[in-house]
Amino acid sequence: MTPTPTPSPGRTAVARPTGTRFTRVLGAAVILGMAWLVLFGLFLSPNDEKQKAGVRILYIHVPTAWLAYLAFIVTGISSAAYLVKRTRSLTWDRIAGASAEIGVLFMGITLVTGSLWGRISWGIFWTWDSRLTTTAFLFVTYIGYLAVRNLGGTHQQRARRSAIIALLAVLEVPLVHFSVKWWRPLHQQESVAEGKLSGLMLFSLFVGLIAFTLLYVWLLLHRQRVLAMEDALDDQGLDVALAERRAEGAQV
Amino acid sequence: MFAVMSTSDQTPYVIASYVITLGGIGLYVWRLLARARKIAPQVREEDRPWT
Repeated sequence: MTPTPTPSPGRTAVARPTGTRFTRVLGAAVILGMAWLVLFGLFLSPNDEKQKAGVRILYIHVPTAWLAYLAFIVTGISSAAYLVKRTRSLTWDRIAGASAEIGVLFMGITLVTGSLWGRISWGIFWTWDSRLTTTAFLFVTYIGYLAVRNLGGTHQQRARRSAIIALLAVLEVPLVHFSVKWWRPLHQQESVAEGKLSGLMLFSLFVGLIAFTLLYVWLLLHRQRVLAMEDALDDQGLDVALAERRAEGAQV
Repeated sequence: MFAVMSTSDQTPYVIASYVITLGGIGLYVWRLLARARKIAPQVREEDRPWT
């Protein structure tokens, strides 16, 4: 974690440190979307013929899984953009880091909600089938990625080493996605692509997808701005340390 | 394989999944904004170009 230097005199609290008019409007849309999701997911959509009330978990489980994939793909693309000399910028690295962190949050939610759904459908919270195992492996990989980001060194060193890891880690995403096709696990096949959902059920899933997509964008904007401020604080601390050393040198 | 439980037995699991999801996201958002508020006063204005 970034060390926090002592506050400079004369600096006052900032009311909305990472917010803009756009993020405030987006934030309001996220709250509205989540309220709609709860309304449709828990109350307005019907029970499934086979899965009964358990199907309601689908409206959060599937969007969080898809958004986690998207977050990890964005991390991969941003990392590639950092490694290409022509587009090299620490902003890409911060977007990659922010997106990976949000992806880990969403993947964690996917695992927990999937586990609860598994208890309903299969009678067990966990089984080592291919979809669950590859998902858990993806989750742990990106926790490792976040740990590597915090190893220290300059911002450029952090960006380079984490970009290389991100480009390797993103290869796991298709492995997880297609695991239900390749290995025929206990986990069900793709309900949406195979047209098993319709009417209010499909609409509820759509509401969940929109709500979580908006949430992802909102979180990404805020998180990468916090990372930018942490980097700026690091640089300020370095400037102060250099100035102190120069002053010491001048006195000798 | 499906529906090993009755609808009423499933309800706590469904509610728990929504509570954990929204609670987890809420906690993350709260920590994110708290961190932003904490460090923003120490960062020069030119390092916050979005404000």
